[in-house]
Amino acid sequence: MQMDLIVDKQTKTVSITKEFEYNLSLVWDAFTKPELLDQWWAPKPWTSRTKVMDFKVGGRRFYAMVSPEGNERWAVQKYTSITPKTNFKFFNAFADKDENPELPGSDWDLNFSEQDGTTRVSISIYNESLERLERMIELGFVEGAKAQLKNLEELLAKLLQ
Amino acid sequence: MRRDVFQAIADPTRRGIIALLALQAMTPNALAEHFHTTRQAVSKHLRILTECELVKQEHQGREIYYQLEIEKMKEIDKWLEQYRKIWETRFTQLDDVLATIKKQKDEK
Repeated sequence: MQMDLIVDKQTKTVSITKEFEYNLSLVWDAFTKPELLDQWWAPKPWTSRTKVMDFKVGGRRFYAMVSPEGNERWAVQKYTSITPKTNFKFFNAFADKDENPELPGSDWDLNFSEQDGTTRVSISIYNESLERLERMIELGFVEGAKAQLKNLEELLAKLLQ
Repeated sequence: MRRDVFQAIADPTRRGIIALLALQAMTPNALAEHFHTTRQAVSKHLRILTECELVKQEHQGREIYYQLEIEKMKEIDKWLEQYRKIWETRFTQLDDVLATIKKQKDEK
């Protein structure tokens, strides 16, 4: 199904909407259980490795995106609000391997709703800075295409001038 | 001062100007007529777009025509495309995971 992705520079928000042909509780589980999250969160050939996950308000997920070469990019997501099977929010920040966050981070707001067996997920990501958003892209970007990544870096450098 | 490209394209009028200039080079007066606005307002938008190198001026006789910097627009496309790809890959993987866990549940 079609995915919508809108970058609104004025509100510094990226909005992503996607529907899945599965019921809500299944989709909710895939977003909130570490063993399931690790199966899809990292775009291949990266892998996601969750070290700690305590899905409750005040709890956190500390995880790494691991490149095919074994390089780890750590991040921590601190849960700020949870309404079961409806919404959860977290504050995301890159971190070092000892869980020291690198600020600024981003605020994520994830909404879930079901209609006729189809679940709609709306994610909005608020970034304090464009640089951070770009870094996010850089980090999340599939390393397989190194040449492309280099292009992207050059492009971002240009855009940031 | 170099402006932020994404700020430049966040404005609906400026996006409209870009869409029009994608079809043909135009003068500020012609653009103003299209948007039912003043030449001054259009000039302001054009200045921002020029500063971002999204459009460039071309003198033809006494008239100034604005045209799109195609390469720059491609760069923005590419940037967004990278980000979109990350999420598309993610969601394709998520679809696979959902299919697997649904199957497991159905078999129980």
